[in-house]
Amino acid sequence: MTYIPHSPKERDEMLATIGVEKLEDLFKAIPAAHRYPDLDLPPALTEMEAAAELSEIALANETTAELVSFLGAGVYNHYIPAAINHILLRGEFYTAYTPYQPEISQGTLQAIFEYQSMMAHLTGMDVANASHYDGSTAVAEAVNMAMAQFRGKRKRIVMSQGVHPQYRETTNTYTQFSDMEIVGAEAGSLSTPEALAELIDENTALVIVQYPDFFGRLFDYTKLGEAAHEKGALFCVVANPTALGLLKTPGEMGADMVVGEGQPLGIPMSYGGPYLGFFTTRNKYVRKMAGRLVGESVDSRGQRAFVLTLTPREQHIKRERATSNICSNQGLLALAAGIYMSLLGQTGMRHVAELCYHKAHYAAEQIANIPGFELCNPEPFFHEFTVCCPEPVADINEHLLEHGVLGGYDLGQDYPDMENHMLIAVTEKNSKEEIDALVAILSEVSHD
Amino acid sequence: MNIPSNLMYTKSDEWVDLKSGKMGLTDYAQNQLSDIVFVETLVDVDDDLEVGGEIASVESVKASAEVYAPAGGTVVAINESLEDAPETINSDPYGDGWLVQVEVDSQSDDLMDAAAYEAYCADRD
Repeated sequence: MTYIPHSPKERDEMLATIGVEKLEDLFKAIPAAHRYPDLDLPPALTEMEAAAELSEIALANETTAELVSFLGAGVYNHYIPAAINHILLRGEFYTAYTPYQPEISQGTLQAIFEYQSMMAHLTGMDVANASHYDGSTAVAEAVNMAMAQFRGKRKRIVMSQGVHPQYRETTNTYTQFSDMEIVGAEAGSLSTPEALAELIDENTALVIVQYPDFFGRLFDYTKLGEAAHEKGALFCVVANPTALGLLKTPGEMGADMVVGEGQPLGIPMSYGGPYLGFFTTRNKYVRKMAGRLVGESVDSRGQRAFVLTLTPREQHIKRERATSNICSNQGLLALAAGIYMSLLGQTGMRHVAELCYHKAHYAAEQIANIPGFELCNPEPFFHEFTVCCPEPVADINEHLLEHGVLGGYDLGQDYPDMENHMLIAVTEKNSKEEIDALVAILSEVSHD
Repeated sequence: MNIPSNLMYTKSDEWVDLKSGKMGLTDYAQNQLSDIVFVETLVDVDDDLEVGGEIASVESVKASAEVYAPAGGTVVAINESLEDAPETINSDPYGDGWLVQVEVDSQSDDLMDAAAYEAYCADRD
């Protein structure tokens, strides 16, 4: 082991300097009874025994490696090219944290720069930051940025109920001690852009919608964006990055910010995280953007070089006046997303999106033909849609699980007015056989 | 260092012309900040500005500073040209680099004249 910072001699010198005899004396402030508590641990195992025991515990899980999954609701079961892990696990990249002397790590900065560039292109925006922790924190930072933009003079946020419930919950956590007012429930669970536009007033700092929304519905938000801008408010779209391979970009709809969950871009579902929050905006708002930003420059020899740029925005310089107290980013997973996008390219991204779209539409058509089942919403959708079921979703999912199928999301958990509503996601990983099997099992339910 | 005698100064290195109501950052301040790359004015025309209120946020390459009002009153003009040319504060802090103009109705009790400010700056060097 090469990293032992202090030799025993140095420790003795330090203890002598502060007038303590031995290391244990430093813990005298802790009551003796609590100093070295007995831990109720089983006997020690060898490495081989421990590995066997942990494998056995892991085997009790049912994972998407064995199950056929139609579960989405914000996290999606996409194919992850093998090259991603091979590049991620290289020692040069696989470090614990963003470097504190960033310019010495040109490779890390270039990787972030490439990620930012591709993310801005995908969303149709000017600039992306180096990432946030996950989709929900990226949404909360959009709200933060709008509050900073208006210096607290505008106090209303219009947020669609079609924004992921967990993103809304995180936003509430961020804003709970501010005097911001978040509205949107008035427009109903299944709100339309027209109903949301009614809520925008001169006191509105931000209008925020999801694309596709949590129920899978697709709207062209251009007019809603115009309505926001007419009142001087900012307009943010929470987008699914896979869908952007195929659909009109939020940038084309006039969004001031596009944020969202980057997990679909080559990041495993991993039982809830870690994930990747992406955040893009227009050049004119870049100084109000939270998070790190890598820029391209030239060094003293005139060679292309990468730097952390516009850092005075950040908390370590601007203190309480910074837009956000978070400067950290999700470096490794931003790299994963960067590798994913560069491996697939624009054509590949579109191909994945088309596969998702067509398979989901095949599934929706088949399910709608089952007696007792119907599509709840008439709007266009991408790779996820809401099905109105004849029985409680939990019961149906139990039945599906017996057949090795992970069913859709039970919307009734978050929306009391959506009992028996199942949100079904279909990705490129779902084969026609799997979809047909799902339909066959659901047909049994309808005959019960 | 340039310290015009017709202006009044604060300990936080702002200047104010009590006749015209214009205010900005001193030569000393711009020199300490070095290359100024961004100015965000934090007040709008018609705002009622109080003495000590924040009027602008100024960023140089590696630092950020807030500018506080040496005098209060109704804001009558803001220097919009700084948005595209923030370096004007470096080149002409008392002229084209002004930040905000108010109709002065109050002023800080701690304002210094040019001689006092010069002594104050000398103490810090």
